[in-house]
Amino acid sequence: MNAVSFRNPIVAGIVALLLVILAASTFAIVPETKQAVILRFGQPIRTVNAWTPNTPFGQTGAGLIARVPFVDRIVWIDKRVQDLELDNTLVLSTDQLRLEVDAYARYRIVDPRKMRNAVGSEDRIPDQLRPILGSALRNELGKRRFVELLSPERSELMDNIQKGLQRVASQYGVEIVDVRIKQANLPVGLPLESALKRMSSARQQEAITIRAEGQKQAQIVRAQADADSAKIYAESFGKDADFYDFYRAMQSYRHTFGADGGPAPEGSTSIILSPNNSYLREFEGRGR
Amino acid sequence: MTIFSRWFRRPDILATETPKGPWGGSGDDGNSGPRNPWAQPPGGRKTTAKPTALDEFLRKARGSGGGGGGNGGFGGLPSGANARALWAIGVAIILVVWVLFTSIHQIGPQQRGVVTYFGKYAGTLDPGVRLTMPAPIADVTVVDVQKIRTDNFPVGDGENLTLTGDQNIIDLAYSVRWDISDPRDYVFQLAEPNETVRAAAESAMRAVVATTTLDQAIGTGRTVIEQRVAELTQQILNDYKSGVRIQGVAIKQAAAPARIVEDFNAVTAAQQEAIANLNQSRSYAQQVVARAQGEAASFDKVYEQYKLAPEVTRRRMYYETMEAVLAKSDKTIVETPGGVVPYLPLSNAKRLPNPEAVQSTPAPAAAAAAPQSGAAQ
Repeated sequence: MNAVSFRNPIVAGIVALLLVILAASTFAIVPETKQAVILRFGQPIRTVNAWTPNTPFGQTGAGLIARVPFVDRIVWIDKRVQDLELDNTLVLSTDQLRLEVDAYARYRIVDPRKMRNAVGSEDRIPDQLRPILGSALRNELGKRRFVELLSPERSELMDNIQKGLQRVASQYGVEIVDVRIKQANLPVGLPLESALKRMSSARQQEAITIRAEGQKQAQIVRAQADADSAKIYAESFGKDADFYDFYRAMQSYRHTFGADGGPAPEGSTSIILSPNNSYLREFEGRGR
Repeated sequence: MTIFSRWFRRPDILATETPKGPWGGSGDDGNSGPRNPWAQPPGGRKTTAKPTALDEFLRKARGSGGGGGGNGGFGGLPSGANARALWAIGVAIILVVWVLFTSIHQIGPQQRGVVTYFGKYAGTLDPGVRLTMPAPIADVTVVDVQKIRTDNFPVGDGENLTLTGDQNIIDLAYSVRWDISDPRDYVFQLAEPNETVRAAAESAMRAVVATTTLDQAIGTGRTVIEQRVAELTQQILNDYKSGVRIQGVAIKQAAAPARIVEDFNAVTAAQQEAIANLNQSRSYAQQVVARAQGEAASFDKVYEQYKLAPEVTRRRMYYETMEAVLAKSDKTIVETPGGVVPYLPLSNAKRLPNPEAVQSTPAPAAAAAAPQSGAAQ
C-alpha cells in the first residue's frame, strides 16, 4: 500500500513537503548572538542560550534546538552588548555654567522574559532607557560645579549615573554594562565665545609677561657683566692707583689725539703749549 | 529509494541555485544528507507555486517514462533506467562538490575563521587549509585579525573642540589604530563593534584631555596623553569583552581653536623675542668681560715692568706718548712774558678743517715773539 502511494509522485511530493514543514517548525538554530524565548500558546516556558556571566562560547546553549511544532513560538532577543546613544543633553552645573553632553550607555539584555513582559520588544528598550539616562545625567552633573565635571572624579560620577540607570533598567531585565560621556562641550554661542575670549586674553597677558621677563633677564646679564668687568679692573688697577692714573692718561691722550692707530678723531687739533709744560722742560736748555 | 532519485532533477537545480545563506538563519535541518537541498524550497513560502511546477514535471516524467520499466526517454534523453542512473550520478557529483566547497576553508595568514555548528561556537580556524562540516551544519565567519583599522577623529575637516582640565578649549585631531585580538569575542560579543571602538576611544580621549592642562595638551604632554588614551580605551573595550586590541593612538593635531590661534602665535613670538634679547645681552656680557680682562692683563704686564724701574718707565712712557700725540697736531708754544695777551682765534681753530688750521695758527703767534713751528702734517 505504502509502496503504491509512494509510486505516485504527487503523493510522495506532498508527504515530503509536509515532512519539511514539520521539520522546519520543529527545529531551530540558536546562534551564539541570540537568546531564544520559547512561547507555548503565548506563555514563555523557557529561554535557550540565555546570557550568563562568564560562560565560554560553545557551552552557552546555542545550537540546534527542538520544540513542539505549531505550538511553540520562538522570540529572538539579541544577546550582545548593545548601544544607546544620547546626544546633546544640556546640563547646568551648580555654578550656572552650561555644558552640552553626548553620552552613551552599553547594555545587554540579561533577562529576556522580564524584558518581554516589561516592554514587549527589544527595539523599544532604547526609547525606554534614553530619557532615564538623560535625567540621570542631568541630575548627577547638575550637583557639581563646572570644574568638577572636568576633573578626574568623573569616574565616580559615571558610576552614580550607571547605578541610577541600572535601577530602572533592572525592571526591564537589562544590565547596564557601562555609561560614559563621549563629549562634553560648551554650547555654541555665548558660553563658547566667552571661553575663547578668556583664552585669548590670557595668551596676550602671557606674551606681555614673557617679553618683560626676557628683558629682565637680559638686564641682569648685562649688569652682571658690568660688575664682573669692574671687579677685574679694580683688582688689576688697584695695585697702584697712581700708576694707573698715569697709564690711563697716556692711553687717553693717544686715543684723544688720534695716535693710537684707531679711527682718527673728528676735527683737527691745535695745541698751545706753555714752555713750562713738562714736555718742554728740556726745550729751553734749562740749567745748561 | 531508487525512485526518489528520479525526482531529483528538479530540486537539484534549485539546490545549486540557493546559496547557503538562508540555511544559516533559520533553516530546517531535521533531515540532513541528500534530502536537504530539495527539502528547502517547499519549506519556504513557495508552497503554492511549487506543486504546479512539480506537477508539470511529474506529468512529463510519467507520460514518457511510464511505470519506470523505461524505454522511450523523453526529448532525446536516455531511457528511464539510464536516466535514473544518470540523475543519481549527477546528484552525487553535486553533493560531493557542495561538500567539498563548503567544508574546505582556506584561511589566509592574517585571518581566522570562527566556526559555528548549528549556530553553536565550535572553534576558531587558524591559517591554512582547514576542514569543517559541510555548509548547512557549519558556518564559518572569516575575520581579518591583523588588518589595522584606523579611526579618525574628527571624521571630516571640521574642528573637534575639546575641553581641557583648566577649562580651556583645544582643537584636537587624532586617530586610533586597532586590530582584533580575539575573533570569537569580536564576532559574538558586541552588536556594533566598530561603533563601540569609536565611542570608547572618543570617550577616553576626552576623559584624559579633561585631566590635563592646555599647555600640556598642545605641548609636551602629547605622548603621555596618547599612551593614557590607548590604555583607557583598551580597558573599556576589555570590560566589554570586545576582542579588540588598541594598537595605538596618535594625536595628529592639538592646537588652539582657529579663531584665537593668533594670540597663541603672539606668545610664541614673544618667547622668541625674549630669547633673542637674552642672547644679545649674553654677547654683550662676553664682550665687556673680555675687554676688561684684556685691559687688565696689559696693565698688569706693563705694571710688572714699571715696578722694576718706576721713574724711568714713567718718563719713557710719557715722552713716547707726547711724541706720538704732538707729532700729529698743530702746536703753538707761547712763552709767557708779562703783558702779552695772546689772541687765539679759538672759534676758528675749532671749526676750521685741517688745512686752514695750519695757516691760521701762525697769525696769533706772530704777535708774540715766539718760536713756532708749523705742523709737520
